[in-house]
Amino acid sequence: MKYFGFIWKNVWRKKIRTSLTILSVFIAFLLFALLSAIGYAFKSGADVADAERLIVIDKITLINPLPMAYKNRIAATEGVHSVTHSSWFGGYYQDPRVQFPQFPTEPYEYFSMYPELKMPQEQLDGWARNRQGAVIGRELAEQYSLKVGDRIPIQATIWTKADGGRTWEFDIEGIFETEDPRGSTAFLLFQYDYFEEARAFGKGSVGWYILRVSPDADPIQVGNAIDLQFANSPNETETSTEAAFSQSFAKQFGNIALIVTLILGAVFFTLLLVSGNTMSQSVRERISELAVLKTLGFSDRLVLGTVLSESILIMLVGGLLGLGVGWLLVQGAAQAMGAFLPGMFLSSQAILTAIAVMIGAGIVAGIFPALQAMRLSIIDALARA
Amino acid sequence: MSETLATLTGVSKTYQKGKEKVEVLHNLDLEIARGDFIAIMGPSGSGKTTLLNLLGGLDKPTSGTVDVGGAEISSMSNSQLSRWRSTNIGFIFQFYNLLPVLTAQKNVELPLLLTNFSGSERAHRAGIALGIVGLEGRTDHYPRELSGGQEQRVAIARAIVSDPSLLLCDEPTGDLDRETASEILKLLQILNREHGKTIMMVTHDAQAAEYANHILICDKGTLERQEAA
Repeated sequence: MKYFGFIWKNVWRKKIRTSLTILSVFIAFLLFALLSAIGYAFKSGADVADAERLIVIDKITLINPLPMAYKNRIAATEGVHSVTHSSWFGGYYQDPRVQFPQFPTEPYEYFSMYPELKMPQEQLDGWARNRQGAVIGRELAEQYSLKVGDRIPIQATIWTKADGGRTWEFDIEGIFETEDPRGSTAFLLFQYDYFEEARAFGKGSVGWYILRVSPDADPIQVGNAIDLQFANSPNETETSTEAAFSQSFAKQFGNIALIVTLILGAVFFTLLLVSGNTMSQSVRERISELAVLKTLGFSDRLVLGTVLSESILIMLVGGLLGLGVGWLLVQGAAQAMGAFLPGMFLSSQAILTAIAVMIGAGIVAGIFPALQAMRLSIIDALARA
Repeated sequence: MSETLATLTGVSKTYQKGKEKVEVLHNLDLEIARGDFIAIMGPSGSGKTTLLNLLGGLDKPTSGTVDVGGAEISSMSNSQLSRWRSTNIGFIFQFYNLLPVLTAQKNVELPLLLTNFSGSERAHRAGIALGIVGLEGRTDHYPRELSGGQEQRVAIARAIVSDPSLLLCDEPTGDLDRETASEILKLLQILNREHGKTIMMVTHDAQAAEYANHILICDKGTLERQEAA
């Protein structure tokens, strides 16, 4: 610690150059924070997935519906414990920009399928009794100041009603929460019976089935048995684990992890060039000062350590600032976009990774100038001065 | 008979300059008494600075031995030499070589970073050293805010702060006007006479050499003459 003041003074010997380098580090780690949070959001579905839950969708595309008649056949498949279904409604609330997922489903079956979702029993009963009833997650309730008893209109973008109307009105009967902090509650559930009765087309179909396998059954074998049942039918199925389904759903937007890695790779490569150049210049312009330090008794290793510490310090100052501002922006974005892209979160693993990258990048950017300083011959350097 | 601080025995130093070997010092024998003030004079390239570098452990002889304060420094490793220099030698350069990012106080504290002294102890000792060179009121000034003479005084304070027995001065007045040079030389005399520092000073200036107790004339790699000032 006694060298910190000396190292800090050296870092700021050229204020504009250091500020610009720190700014570039700041931008890089700001991007790191934002992209990590987005990447986390896309894979959070897989993280919270239950290994015993399977998803059955149309083999060709998730957009194709499956017949309602499949439900009993799936339920009768050996190893299946329980079944429910859901569909994509795709409406908006108040303004086309205010979008959050809405799913028509079966009240009791759905909450039985997702035990991590918690809601008072009387609210679940109330929803089951009210055909136009709906329940919403805590995140939605807080974001739009909604409460039990409110009536909310959802404008359909796909599912027009049989009477030609596009406005679907729901009574909020309950507000659910999740026990898993990584899970999202930014969605609305309403009764499939109301959906089935009121929609203009697509009757007798559902978007996908969700099933729970028996504890002693092999999920892969159960999935294969289901797909085999519907092979060569007009609606062949593809059954996968919930995690695999979430991952394939996220991949519809592209390989997010790869995109994030490529962007960050390019950013950090540029960052290394910028900061490496800064450190090289910094060492070149004070060759005689480094020689004086060695003359005073600073060992080769100590000189190496101080130069390397300067490089790491620049990375840590810019990086921690970037990470801090990024964390604030992620918090804000999670509030603003939580319904559209739930699960945006800067994980502790991402923060630790970022700090490790800061230190690593500081070492890589500073190692060659530091070695140059370490190997410096006092006689030659003083003669040049 | 005065005690010997440093002894050079059969010291030669040869540099490789391209394909040519240049012998800067040839089979040199020298004894330096503790508390002496010696000026080394001679033409450029005569080996004055090389002699100083060998005494300060900045360079090693091609042959022969260098003993300073009972330590044979010519056989020490680089890290041993670094440690040894930090407590035994004070260097004063022609162009002061202060660190521009540090104040006078922090420049003087620099060698003390290598010790186990606390921050307040380092500040206290640097304050004393600055007091000896007459710069108590300039502790918070940066080198760019000081005159050449003041910068050299800070450099002298930095050289004595760790209380070394030997001060090696390479043209300490070479960048100063006559009046300021005289002040610096008087200061070196005080350090020699009142604080017991042994001083080896390389200079081209005959007037500066008069402040020393002895003058060594270095020429063609040998010490040709040794005379009382």
